[in-house]
Amino acid sequence: MAKTILDFEKPIAELEAKLEEMKKLSDKINIEDEIMMIEEKAKLIKESVYKDLTRWQRVQLARHPDRPYTLDYIYAMTNNFVELHGDRGFKDDKAIVGGFAAIDEYKVMIIGHQKGRDTKSNVFRNFGMPNPEGYRKALRLMKLAEKFNKPVITMIDTPGAFPGLEAEERGQAEAIARNLFEMSRLRVPIIVVIIGEGASGGALGIGVGDRILMLENCWYSVISPESCSSILWRSWDFKEQAAEALKLTAPDLFEQRLIDRIILEPLGGAHKDHLQAANNLKAVLKEELELLIKIKPEKLIEGRLEKFGKMGEYVE
Amino acid sequence: MAWFKRSKENISPDSQKKDLPDGLWEKCSSCGEIIHKKQLETNLWTCTKCGFHFRIGSKEYIDVILDKGTFKEMDKKMRSGDPLEFEDTKKYKDRIQETIKKLGLNDAVKTGTGKINGMDVAFGCMDFKFIGGSMGSVVGEKLARLIDKAFKNKIPLIIISASGGARMMEGAFSLMQMAKTSSRLARLADAHVPYISVLTDPTTGGTTASYAMLGDIHIAEPQALIGFAGPRVIKQTIGKDLPKGFQKSEFLLEQGFVDVISPRKELKNNIYNVLSLIF
Repeated sequence: MAKTILDFEKPIAELEAKLEEMKKLSDKINIEDEIMMIEEKAKLIKESVYKDLTRWQRVQLARHPDRPYTLDYIYAMTNNFVELHGDRGFKDDKAIVGGFAAIDEYKVMIIGHQKGRDTKSNVFRNFGMPNPEGYRKALRLMKLAEKFNKPVITMIDTPGAFPGLEAEERGQAEAIARNLFEMSRLRVPIIVVIIGEGASGGALGIGVGDRILMLENCWYSVISPESCSSILWRSWDFKEQAAEALKLTAPDLFEQRLIDRIILEPLGGAHKDHLQAANNLKAVLKEELELLIKIKPEKLIEGRLEKFGKMGEYVE
Repeated sequence: MAWFKRSKENISPDSQKKDLPDGLWEKCSSCGEIIHKKQLETNLWTCTKCGFHFRIGSKEYIDVILDKGTFKEMDKKMRSGDPLEFEDTKKYKDRIQETIKKLGLNDAVKTGTGKINGMDVAFGCMDFKFIGGSMGSVVGEKLARLIDKAFKNKIPLIIISASGGARMMEGAFSLMQMAKTSSRLARLADAHVPYISVLTDPTTGGTTASYAMLGDIHIAEPQALIGFAGPRVIKQTIGKDLPKGFQKSEFLLEQGFVDVISPRKELKNNIYNVLSLIF
């Protein structure tokens, strides 16, 4: 796997590299004690770095190029997955993937944004920025799930809905609005998981559900810190301040009661151990599914209305 | 014959420098015509020469759409709670205070009930002047309650949108107002109560991507900018100039996202007329 190392990850990466070297050496000479000492030290540094991440650092982790994406989670969590394509109206949007899957005993519909890992695949996936047909494909799949009474799991990871000319021509706004409308009255359980970036309407377009979960190092807000900086500070240079002001991390959103649950990532972030990240998510999803599938459709819809109805702060 | 021809009329010294005496006159930003305010008002804030629609607010739209004296306002006092204690170059709290003081409005939407040619309706109208007509918790909550009013009383819902989108200063709270309003609209639709969305200049971002695009009937004023992404962002993305008329009402009608384009003068009758056919 290609390794990208963020600035604040450097001290840890250096220690880890040293450790690797020493381990190689340890076949020849006895330095077990030193290795243990450095391992202990690395662990302490890691814990302290990741305990006090700034909001901007979390944004960077959410965008880490080695981070697992929707299909990585699907392949790690499911034992059977049939990907479905197209909105039946225009074309197949590669920035949103989805299909029927089995997570152990649970048969579900999984839909999520999909980013690429290198330039070529990013162009193919449009950097995880859907066009209207992506949202319409998602809706088609949700309706299929409803028809066959299967719970829906959506995974959010997008820098935003694509702001292109054709996207406007085909009704980007209408496509997103339609999804909010239909998801709020879908007669099967919906679990939403933010697995990376949750940028604005492009994220929410597959983000209405009964349970909103968020991985530890993600961001979810009305705008990206960069765009917020450019509009409110009239410069691109205030992204760190914007990230702080927007209070956009998982702990923030949990405190604001806009999400229900935070899912822990492996120490250092999901990119450090894809399998562990997927296992954590899988365990939580199974817990949530077990509870949700017992609830009658009318109750689910009522609950959703109430859930989103409560969001907002005002004085009267 | 001249070698060069002036393409714009607007370039003569007197056309640009005309001083407008203290607020009695308005200049049309489309054709440059100078119009007396009284005249503009009787013409429903449209240009007497070229028909250009000036941006107006909830106070004016109440006069344009509803029968005189029938509007009863709901949740008049509701104000933003500043959930993030947001601060950019200025504190959001101060920004709100100043705007309230300056405009005499408490937030970017006014809601209530009223009558159109005697027919009871639930009526909401946004104010673009209030922080770009941005949708935060107050706009979301007031509209949600308005939709509930329409639902309970089984009266048609009319929302006039004019908004730059979701309000940044309330972060994810603003975003969730899109889900809040859309879910209430879904319940209203299930009860077969009609909802007419009126789109005015400009309607963009999260507002378009939620309640503004969820009407049973979409009526737009002429030449209004309506879209998801703003023109500047799109231009940046594609690195080219945008075609003329892009994201204007007429373009949206052509693309199939607007049902009717109605001049302001006919707006009331057009709304009433379509309601009388379906309700």
